[in-house]
Amino acid sequence: MQASARPTVPANFTLPGSNHPSRDPATPLEMRMTISKVNFFYGTKQTLFDINMGIANSKVTALIGPSGCGKSTLLRTFNRMHETVRNARLEGEIQLDGKNILAQDVTSLRRRIGMVFQRPNPFPKSIFDNVAYGLKINGSKLPLAEAVEKSLRHAALWDEVKDHLHKSAYELSGGQQQRLCIARALAVEPEVLLLDEPCSALDPISTAKIEELLVQLKDLCTIAIVTHNMQQAARVSDFTAFLLIGQLIEFNPTPQLFTTPSDARTEAYITGRFG
Amino acid sequence: MSGRLRWRKFVSHFMLTMTGLCAFVAVSVLFFILGYLVFHGGTSVSWNFFTKLPTPVGEAGGGMANAIVGSAKLLLLASLFGVPLGFFGGIYLAEFSGSTTAFVVRYAADLLNGVPSIVIGIFAYALVVLPFKHYSTLAGAFALGLMMIPITLRSTEEFLHSVPRALREGAMALGASKWKTIASVVVPAAYRGIVTAILLALARVAGETAPLLFTAFGNRFWSPGWEQPTASLPVMIYTYAISPYEDWHRQAWAAGLVLLGLILVVNIVARGILARGVAVPRS
Amino acid sequence: MLVIELWRGSVLARHKFGLAFFTTSVWDPNGDQFGAWPFIYGTLVTSVVSLVIAVPLGIGAAIFLAELAPQKISDSLQFFIDLLAAVPSVIYGLLGVFIIVPLMRQYIEPALKGTLGFTPLFTGPPFGIGFLTAGIVLAIMVIPYIISVSREVLLSVPRDQREAALALGSTRWESTWKVVVPFARTGIMGSIFLALARALGETMAVTMVIGNTPTVSASLLSPGYSIAAVIANEFSEATGELYVQALVELGLVLFILTFILNGLARLLIVVTTQRGSGTASA
Repeated sequence: MQASARPTVPANFTLPGSNHPSRDPATPLEMRMTISKVNFFYGTKQTLFDINMGIANSKVTALIGPSGCGKSTLLRTFNRMHETVRNARLEGEIQLDGKNILAQDVTSLRRRIGMVFQRPNPFPKSIFDNVAYGLKINGSKLPLAEAVEKSLRHAALWDEVKDHLHKSAYELSGGQQQRLCIARALAVEPEVLLLDEPCSALDPISTAKIEELLVQLKDLCTIAIVTHNMQQAARVSDFTAFLLIGQLIEFNPTPQLFTTPSDARTEAYITGRFG
Repeated sequence: MSGRLRWRKFVSHFMLTMTGLCAFVAVSVLFFILGYLVFHGGTSVSWNFFTKLPTPVGEAGGGMANAIVGSAKLLLLASLFGVPLGFFGGIYLAEFSGSTTAFVVRYAADLLNGVPSIVIGIFAYALVVLPFKHYSTLAGAFALGLMMIPITLRSTEEFLHSVPRALREGAMALGASKWKTIASVVVPAAYRGIVTAILLALARVAGETAPLLFTAFGNRFWSPGWEQPTASLPVMIYTYAISPYEDWHRQAWAAGLVLLGLILVVNIVARGILARGVAVPRS
Repeated sequence: MLVIELWRGSVLARHKFGLAFFTTSVWDPNGDQFGAWPFIYGTLVTSVVSLVIAVPLGIGAAIFLAELAPQKISDSLQFFIDLLAAVPSVIYGLLGVFIIVPLMRQYIEPALKGTLGFTPLFTGPPFGIGFLTAGIVLAIMVIPYIISVSREVLLSVPRDQREAALALGSTRWESTWKVVVPFARTGIMGSIFLALARALGETMAVTMVIGNTPTVSASLLSPGYSIAAVIANEFSEATGELYVQALVELGLVLFILTFILNGLARLLIVVTTQRGSGTASA
């Protein structure tokens, strides 16, 4: 079986048996980001091998696979966070809206591609200041208070914190902190939002809330999410990419990947034979 | 790139360069110190310096033999006093670290560590000089020994802690009692670290002047035995440096060079040993 | 154990001498009628001056070492900084007297007078010795402590704080200054307290460059005196019970001050490094 699959999604692809009846099945699909021939190295050790895929506009794309398969590594190349690690090296091309992100200024790129991390990591500031942080350094079109409220509403956190905006972020529960981090990322109005196993440190109820959130956020921005929870991927995403030991095994619309996977290894993983 | 972004990036580069500058300044001080010492004192470090006694003012050719010997005696005595206390204290803390007594001892040691050296001098004065009614090497050594205790104590504790449990358990499984385990297995495993810590403690107190000012006081001649006031390198440096005599200034530089040279060498060697890893390699 | 006994013993000795005659500092024979005030003033002024110089430099260097320098460079520079901390006080004094004082007298102080002489801080003849010089020498002595502790504290800030800031489109400086440093804020305060404690108790270097005159003056160029320096200079020549006791009492003051500062410092540092490893959780 071929190791990597080129995204076989032509421009006018439609989603058969869509989970989201509200979406017009005739809407043409564009790739917001394209990843071509990406190889990744930590020093001399190669961890990603010839990855070719795309992130579809206004859709949720999930990256799944067993621990250590490289899905987080891949996600972090999308906003060049891998550059914070000394020995990391990326080969290949990653494009946002047709332009190579590796050739652009990284600071402005990261405003356009936001990230939410595995463990909630609010700054040691108030709830308000956490959300406002990105706005303060990048400049904001709206007055600060309005922009903060807007983000908190998008993250479904506003009602819970509106009277406590100046309390420390650390007083929130884990699930709330993660939604705060989402709000913080949304505040700078990114075009793509990357989430790296955002629910792995949370309880089931918080997880459910965030999954609900993600589906709603699609209209705001394109989403790519790494998850080790297959059911989550099935619930939430439109496209799924399955990685195994640094290789992209399969990349297909979610319903298709989970019901009729085209690779034997994908089937083995989703039926729980390993991972 | 917008103007605002350009400015932010400029600020970023500028500030980060400034921090590099700060680091550079801080580190270069060390080299300045060494440079000056070598420059001013290098020429005066002669055979005379090491072997002769101080001569009366105006006469050339004096040395600091008595100060060197004095310092050596002080350090020897101080170690005899401070090291065992620190060492056994450290063993106690490492082996019984849960108890409240251990907590108090640890706290007291940290406290002692932070006491200004001149205050320790006062304490030593009250305890040793007054009852004997004169200054003495003993008093000076007592003050220095006191200062060595906390360093030795904490280091011993730390290094004993770093000996892996498996080692201890291995010995005990063979039937060794707690104390026997400590003596024959744990301590030897950590001894390199402990020895280097003692060396570092010695280096630290070798340069101390303040506590000696009114305990060992000073002496322009040899100081026989332990009950006479004695000259020491740091005090000589001080006395000569603030004097109005050129010749004495030169000697102060030479003494500074010798003292710092010794201290730095001990530090570098000790840290080098530590960096190479102490205790038993973990499997 | 023995350590505790020694500790208690020292407090007793001082109580016997000092506290019973607390009022002696009012008419201390070697000061003005202000008694202990010139010495306290001198100690405070020199310490403050040293912090003003050392804190920005120290924190700047620590930021460089923790955030920017590659591991090996950071470690080797730290090695040199540790060596700097091992240099004895009297050697700093040596350099102070022969190098810094003339420098101050010939170049720096006249320059300061020329530009800032209208402020009360820089009036009076440029002797070269005095509060400012002592402050500068103290700053050099104290920087290694600020750097070592701050660097450690900064290194203990969890990675994902910095990453979150970068992911929001911050420049490196912004992520460092607005997120990492505030996170380590309490630990850095701790390092400053430690540095202050060292500066307060510093004896030899100070006494060699401060001028040893019990004056209280707003001008930094003026000679002065510090608690540790006066004890060092006059203890062995002190005649009369009162004189000695006054000096011992000064020693007690110093002891208490450094005790409190050291205790606070340790607390702050432990709190920060623990917070770093614990991170925010529900």
